[in-house]
Amino acid sequence: MSIYLNKDSKIIVQGMTGGMGAKHTTLMVESGANIVGGVNARKAGTTVELGGKELPVFGTVEEAMKETGADVSVAFVPPAFTKDACIEAIDAEIPLLVVITEGVPVLDTAEVVQYLEGKSTRMIGPNCPGIITPEESLAGITPHTIAGKGPVGLVSKSGTLTYQMMFELKDFGFTTAIGIGGDPIVGTTHIDALEAFENDPDTKAIVMIGEIGGDAEERAAAYIKDHVTKPVVGYVAGFTAPEGKTMGHAGAIVSGSSGTAQAKKEALEAAGVKVGKTPSETAALMREILQNL
Amino acid sequence: MPRGKPRHCSQTKRTGHLVDLMEFQAKELFAKHGVATTLGVVAETPEAARAAAEEMGGVTVVKAQVKAGGRGKAGGVKLAKTADEAESYARDILGMEIKGLTVNRVLVTPATPPVEEYYFSFLLDRSNRSHLCIASVEGGVEIEEVAKTNPDAVKKIRVDALEGVTPEKAAAIVDEAKFPAELRDQAIEMVQALWKVYVEEDATLVEVNPLARLEGDKLEALDGKVSLDDNASEVRHPDHAQFEIREEADALESKAKDKGLNYVKLDGQVGIIGNGAGLVMSTLDVVAYAGEAHGGVKPANFLDIGGGANAQVMADGLDVILNDEQVRSVFVNVFGGITACDEVANGIKGALEILGDEASKPLVVRLDGNNVEEGRRILDELNHPLVTQVDTMDGAADKAAELAHQA
Repeated sequence: MSIYLNKDSKIIVQGMTGGMGAKHTTLMVESGANIVGGVNARKAGTTVELGGKELPVFGTVEEAMKETGADVSVAFVPPAFTKDACIEAIDAEIPLLVVITEGVPVLDTAEVVQYLEGKSTRMIGPNCPGIITPEESLAGITPHTIAGKGPVGLVSKSGTLTYQMMFELKDFGFTTAIGIGGDPIVGTTHIDALEAFENDPDTKAIVMIGEIGGDAEERAAAYIKDHVTKPVVGYVAGFTAPEGKTMGHAGAIVSGSSGTAQAKKEALEAAGVKVGKTPSETAALMREILQNL
Repeated sequence: MPRGKPRHCSQTKRTGHLVDLMEFQAKELFAKHGVATTLGVVAETPEAARAAAEEMGGVTVVKAQVKAGGRGKAGGVKLAKTADEAESYARDILGMEIKGLTVNRVLVTPATPPVEEYYFSFLLDRSNRSHLCIASVEGGVEIEEVAKTNPDAVKKIRVDALEGVTPEKAAAIVDEAKFPAELRDQAIEMVQALWKVYVEEDATLVEVNPLARLEGDKLEALDGKVSLDDNASEVRHPDHAQFEIREEADALESKAKDKGLNYVKLDGQVGIIGNGAGLVMSTLDVVAYAGEAHGGVKPANFLDIGGGANAQVMADGLDVILNDEQVRSVFVNVFGGITACDEVANGIKGALEILGDEASKPLVVRLDGNNVEEGRRILDELNHPLVTQVDTMDGAADKAAELAHQA
């Protein structure tokens, strides 16, 4: 089992014919993910060969879903057009929408997230590496070679820390690893992923990676305390980040006492989560848990 | 992070930054969208401040223009009864440091003593993934104090991201915040105008404190704070480039920005280069912990070179870091995700060639992930006297801290 994505997932790519879209569609095909087509209104009716696979291009998400039975869309659409691409996918009732695009105006994301209310689509991202269920499927840009299938569920704000943690625990492997993105507003939150992992019988333990800024980790801690029975290990990047400095992610801003790594660590520990000070220490804590399962 | 970057610009483009505006810039945006305010005159010299005060006549206010709160408490806001006084206050304030920021300009405005002071803001509400309006008729400088001691007086009202602030919503906000009845219409108009600033300029914060009730029951924004979303500025507000004031930035940060690098100067000795904001932040932590065992050395900077670490980007990054006089050693920490480690190794090799004798400090390199064997082999073969390879992040951090301490 896994969350959100499995071997039966049929994936289309919005923006498949663009540079990044083509590159990562190739990598997804090579990983064994079932990519069934792409969307580009101007190239509808043509086909593109990527990763040795002939992929049809459709005019709309709706048409692509109708023709291919796709249930996942990965968007590599430029930031100026991301909002419209998301609305289109949501209107077509795609079950899972993974938005990789970086640099989306946050007001656009706020609109899309509001639009999602009461709709059937789950959105992951934007500004994220996507989601991987090792040895089954990949919707995003996470390298499929880092780690295989196993008992760990991973949810992270950061892309490279997702890779680092998968690498650290590659001997155990993962049910699903999901990068939710570092923007101030994202479609799928830590809490959503924790809930899904809690309900996934194959996930035996969960690693949660956070970052300074906002209060998502504190909220996740409160959720874990009341709703998560599986062991959770946490890591928060940015203990030594000075206050008031922005460190690359819009989300990673420390201002005042709330949102600091220390505050997040304390909140998580109060909820019974073991928190590592570094990625390797975090992996060691998880290792200990897995060995005693 | 080495994400898909379906944008045409280089992979090291600074993204996700919020651009905080100074008061006079915020007021320009207020005026543009019909928020009642007084623009005043920006002066960079005491003489210019005097001239402005003379022109205005009467009592003026001389206000330090820096991107920091607490300007009044720091002595950066003065009431000048005459043009002489305006000049003298400007002389005191210009060059003053407020929260580490040097004051390079003052704003001179006619003094308009408020009868009452209110607080108003729109901001991005991360927790609720929407927008929030905060309003209080017990505003003024001490709003944070009011929020603590009398939270009921500070109204927080959610704004629907799709509906925005309609005239009906504006009226509801004004009524809930209990603005005086005689100001209701003006307040409703102002709330709508401030919302226009927020959405049309893609702000993440629009704050008016104080929102003043002046003589004759006139509402006016006496101060203003605006933060803009850099992503949106990039996508649809080319005119926002005018708000960027560079001279305040650290010289190295400025140089890095010219090269399109995502760099933040910190106070330490170990230069840091990595890929992905999360991994770089994590690297800072690991180096700081390692430094505890090596004379308390600390990370010197944050530098995220993004997904594709080619030679030129690596050279630009190293160039900035090696020009930091505090730096004693450099830690290059790369996890090859999509980017292969051999490309990164070639980047380092090329960077050292580009820099030549400029490269003068030891480099500790940790490569892992995609194609790591080939990457490590390239650096082994290079056998550069300044380069040390360490296999793990923790081990490499320790080595870099040790080298910084010894130097």
